Amino acid sequence: MNLAPATTERPAHSFTGPSNRVEEDRPVLSVHELKKYFRLSGGPFGAFGAARGYVQAVDGVSFSVAKGKTLGVVGESGCGKSTTARLLIRLIKPDEGRILLDGHDVGGPKGISVRELRHQVQMVFQDSYASLNPRHTASEEVSFGLSAQGVARSEARKRAQEVLDFVGLEPGVFADRYPHELSGGQRQRVNIARALAINPRVLILDEAVSSLDKSVEAQVLNLLIDIKNRLGLTFVFISHDLNVVQFVSDRVLVMYLGKVVEIGPVEQVYQSAGHPYTRALIASRLSMDPRRRISAPPLVGDLPSPINPPSGCRFRTRCPIAEPVCGEKEPLLVAVGNGPFHVAACHALAPRSGHSLAQQPVGRTVSPSGARVP
Amino acid sequence: MNGSAANSSQPQIEIIRRPVRIQLTYWQSVRRRLRRDPISMVCAGILVLIIAAAIFAPWVAPADPYKTSMLRRLQPIGTSGHLLGTDELGRDMLSRLIYGGRVSLLMGILPITIATLVGSSVGIVAGFLGGKTNMVIMRIIDVFFAFPSVLLAVGLAGALGAGPVNCLISLALVFTPPITRVAESATTQIRNQDFVEAARATGASAPSIIIGHVMTNVSSLILTYASGLISVAIVLSSGLSFLGLGIAPPTADWGLMLNTLRQSIFIAPVNAVLPGVMILITSVCFNLLSDGLRTAMDVKP
Repeated sequence: MNLAPATTERPAHSFTGPSNRVEEDRPVLSVHELKKYFRLSGGPFGAFGAARGYVQAVDGVSFSVAKGKTLGVVGESGCGKSTTARLLIRLIKPDEGRILLDGHDVGGPKGISVRELRHQVQMVFQDSYASLNPRHTASEEVSFGLSAQGVARSEARKRAQEVLDFVGLEPGVFADRYPHELSGGQRQRVNIARALAINPRVLILDEAVSSLDKSVEAQVLNLLIDIKNRLGLTFVFISHDLNVVQFVSDRVLVMYLGKVVEIGPVEQVYQSAGHPYTRALIASRLSMDPRRRISAPPLVGDLPSPINPPSGCRFRTRCPIAEPVCGEKEPLLVAVGNGPFHVAACHALAPRSGHSLAQQPVGRTVSPSGARVP
Repeated sequence: MNGSAANSSQPQIEIIRRPVRIQLTYWQSVRRRLRRDPISMVCAGILVLIIAAAIFAPWVAPADPYKTSMLRRLQPIGTSGHLLGTDELGRDMLSRLIYGGRVSLLMGILPITIATLVGSSVGIVAGFLGGKTNMVIMRIIDVFFAFPSVLLAVGLAGALGAGPVNCLISLALVFTPPITRVAESATTQIRNQDFVEAARATGASAPSIIIGHVMTNVSSLILTYASGLISVAIVLSSGLSFLGLGIAPPTADWGLMLNTLRQSIFIAPVNAVLPGVMILITSVCFNLLSDGLRTAMDVKP
């Protein structure tokens, strides 16, 4: 199951380099064909009644993150970003698909347990206020997870003080404060401290800086980058803010209605986006340059219902280059430009797809997980 | 910290010790706020007085509550030797009221305590598990809501047979469903908060989340609600005694006294009303104290 792009990225030199180099190149976290449909129950019997339908929140998402790298995940509200995050840490159980941590299947018969996963992967939530118990002080909140995992209380408290100090909160001042006595940035630091207290290797940041005001956002962002470099962490950074994602990420994953539409290195995706949706997203960014005004929205209409998504390509209802073929079959991820690591799911990029913009010469097709298929 | 010492990338951090500022825990601040509320303190004082008198009844009561006297029946208030007069059998009213507090308060507090323990554990578990388990438990609880509480208490006490223990059981059964419902709805709200998700993400087990996160947020709500029910339980148990389903004569009980003095209401109306006044004072005090407690516990988080 070595279809992950990161393994194919550096094919040769990893064997010649020192042994720890090999370790670094291996993906820490990889996800294969992850699928989560939420059941819509209706009728007078609620949970016992027949399903009215399924919300296709995440539908066949595959990606991987290399050690020490940051994967940015972007997309509109409701595209399945947060569901993906919750699936990664198993707050919800996937219907299908596998999550591999260091190549070990999470929850699988030969893999690691969910409990072990949560020792290694941690998450920072969006709402800094709701994600802290109003009745717990900062140090209680940070040490709770540790005590729950069986660390002695005094040891957990000591560790909490260390971690609070590490995220820039003076323990003598902040350790005994309740959430309502902290500012938004300080609360988010407590949230980060809680995740770090477990000593994870992967940190999932679900809109971790989105609810903060701009100056605090920059502080917390710098803190996160600093933490990542000092502790050698791997980040999955989920955000709807394209500028923030560009700033922190090494690779970007664009999601639309539960599907991956484009993955690639951050510069390539931002400069030469392959998918029309990514292009629209990037065009929607506000510019500081007054000559580059945006007068018309690059994307019109709302996200279609995830209960009954459009056939074929899910973006076709809003796509400027949609053609009949887009409604007939689902596009696979194909290489954009020359790099094999930059892929997008669009018929216009796939040779011989039937789309008028598609190139006719022979190209390479890439399977959804990124590996080349002959 | 498993293996944190071995992790070389974890920098050694020196903790700077500074004088820790005085930080009250949640319950300390609640107590402080309650102490600053004059109405609650007056009510608490009255309740302490009544409860202390009931506990130390043999030493406090001026006369034997069971000693009858055919000659001194229905003496008015202020008769020498009988401060609050006598009842229809010539027993000292003050002593009977003090002794009556024992049973009445017990019937108010004990069923509520049992109902709180049972109801909140069922409600918290149902709310925390959610889904089908929650639905099954709550629909069963809903069956109890089909009956008015007084009718249910009378029916249960009648079915179980008269007597203080059966009265206690029926009262506990009557008050369990509403407490369960309060606990369940509060827990359902807490369960969907991000901090519970975050706790799950740190690998905490369900019992430790219930104790550490759910109970800390739900207990104040349940406690306020339950303390408000004590007065209802006192009135209801008095009602059961009045109907002859609770305490049997000659045991002193406020409700029972109200019942037996009923015949004398035209001869000595003040004496007949006295047990009712005691019930009124106690339940009003419990209600006001519960209101004060709710205000004190409502720390703006």
